[in-house]
Amino acid sequence: MSALEFRAGIREALDAELTRDERVVLFGEDVAVAGGVFAVTTGLHERHGSERVIDTPISELAMSGAAYGAALCGLRPVLEIMFGDFLPLAMDSILNQATKFHFLDGEGGVPMVVRCVVGAGGRFGAIHSQTPIPWLHGVTGIKLVAPSTPADAKGLLRAAIQDENPVLFFEHKRLYSVKGPPGDDEPLPLGQAAVVREGDDLTIASAMKGVHDALEAAERLSSQGVEAEVIDLRTIRPLDFATVLGSVAKTNRLAVVEEGPLTGGWAGEVLARAAEEALGELDDVWRITTADGPVPYSPPLEDAFLPGPDRIVAEIQGRA
Amino acid sequence: MGEFDATSCTEMYRVMVRIRRFEERIQALFLRDEVYGTTHLCNGQEAVPVGVASALREGDQVAGTYRGHGHALAQGIGVQELMDELLGRATGINGGRSGSMNVTARRHGYLGSYGIVGGSIAAATGAAMALQRNGGVAVAYFGDGATNQAYFFECLNFAHVLALPVIFVCENNVYMEYTRTEHVSGGDILSRAQSLGVPGEAVDGMDVWSVRDAAEAAVERARAGYGPMLLEASTYRFVGHSRSDPARYRPEGELEEWQQRDPLLRVRERLEGDGVQRDALDAIDAEESALVLAAEERGLEAPWPDPAELPSEFAAAAVEPVGAEALQR
Repeated sequence: MSALEFRAGIREALDAELTRDERVVLFGEDVAVAGGVFAVTTGLHERHGSERVIDTPISELAMSGAAYGAALCGLRPVLEIMFGDFLPLAMDSILNQATKFHFLDGEGGVPMVVRCVVGAGGRFGAIHSQTPIPWLHGVTGIKLVAPSTPADAKGLLRAAIQDENPVLFFEHKRLYSVKGPPGDDEPLPLGQAAVVREGDDLTIASAMKGVHDALEAAERLSSQGVEAEVIDLRTIRPLDFATVLGSVAKTNRLAVVEEGPLTGGWAGEVLARAAEEALGELDDVWRITTADGPVPYSPPLEDAFLPGPDRIVAEIQGRA
Repeated sequence: MGEFDATSCTEMYRVMVRIRRFEERIQALFLRDEVYGTTHLCNGQEAVPVGVASALREGDQVAGTYRGHGHALAQGIGVQELMDELLGRATGINGGRSGSMNVTARRHGYLGSYGIVGGSIAAATGAAMALQRNGGVAVAYFGDGATNQAYFFECLNFAHVLALPVIFVCENNVYMEYTRTEHVSGGDILSRAQSLGVPGEAVDGMDVWSVRDAAEAAVERARAGYGPMLLEASTYRFVGHSRSDPARYRPEGELEEWQQRDPLLRVRERLEGDGVQRDALDAIDAEESALVLAAEERGLEAPWPDPAELPSEFAAAAVEPVGAEALQR
């Protein structure tokens, strides 16, 4: 079987769900006729028509509000916010309405998915490079999905569209051209982490691009006799901490790699759980993140800012 | 309106040529991987910021868009410091931290290039609250697509209610990103503004003198305390939306039709008709080309920024924008 590209995995998941369930609609800026600015949704408009795959105005507030209202009345909207940095414009209906409805109403949820492109490393500067997971991490009632491989992206997006709750689905822009095994054709349950590399000496937990960086770091460390176990969290909320716990019981050391500021990031939550549930197992536990600042534009600044494989290797060696 | 004045028009021509040459070199540098990430170029739209800037004075403030190199250069930001910024160098106007989409330069009356569609509208509205105290005005540049953002409706109403001295300059270049704006918009932009109590005027955005005339009238009105106004400048980008856009969505012949109205050619024709020697205009072309090429050459030799010198998380010193001292009085 030929390799699957990350963007094609997303496209295939959308295609499969649009085909499977006529309640599914996809909308966003330039997603239909143009096929998406990252060429993710190419061909879906032709296949599914203008009533299912819809170009919107540049109106994020209207887009998220409409997705919420449509979800209440039987559609299963998938909304694309082109860059995650534009999420604040769409936030009210997500944060104040969609995530509260199930609690208030008591019957049924709000089945909507917000896809957005996130992440740094593309030289897009401070306002097109953020990873906005922490902005939503403290909001209950929304699932936060952060895939790292093409097959996971496909399976997790299918599960997200079938989920009865609001889901934010993060697509790292530097993963779109990554290729990998196609996987099977089934939805992949949300909230399950995966051990993607086994090792006895320490555990590295991460998500999205960070998983690839962790794997590269692990290979380099292996040549120096350090075997790292790498966990791909895949979903940040709900968090599959059991998988982390199982690994830490074996390795006794945990590093969490997050592309985002140190303060207030989701890595802090992983550390908190580790402290609460595995203190006796731990010899060392820490976060590898960016500094508390915005993403800079210039290549030497951005490269030094991001927690890539070099930083991961150096920190692990430094704390050995 | 204002009498045609060949001297000031020649100066506007100079800045328009500067912007065009700058954009052409940025495109070339981008393709050579010397400018990074993405770029949104304004070839074809030069008359709008140059005409508007000619109606402003020191202390006025402007908020531009991510298609903002022209906005920045028209405000008087130096070619070298903008070039260096896009090349990611320490000598850039923001030390290489900002890049193409996020340039700021308050000392030049430039509140920033706004990467969020519609963000400039809000920034200028707020700026006008401050500038109202000293007779200054604020300008928001934004595209046709931004008129579908909540920012547009909320800020125009807000500015009307507070009678703020802000000029909303919509650069209507027909397309919002890859989509024809009329396909995703109801009504029209001038009526939207008028319905919120903000008078609007249609302007030929390919003719710098028309833009200047309209801007002078709007600025005078705002300075006199009569509140905001919207100018809808009809224009066209001769290039795609951004680096990766081949602009296949244009109907055949549309680009060529607009190129007949190239604002640089239009202003040249007018100046030559008014007796300005062709040689003098050719000399301006040569000088501006040389200026941009020299900046490029120097910029490529400029030092890279040092990650250890990124600003600390919180600001300590107050940096006052140009004209701010007048606010204290």
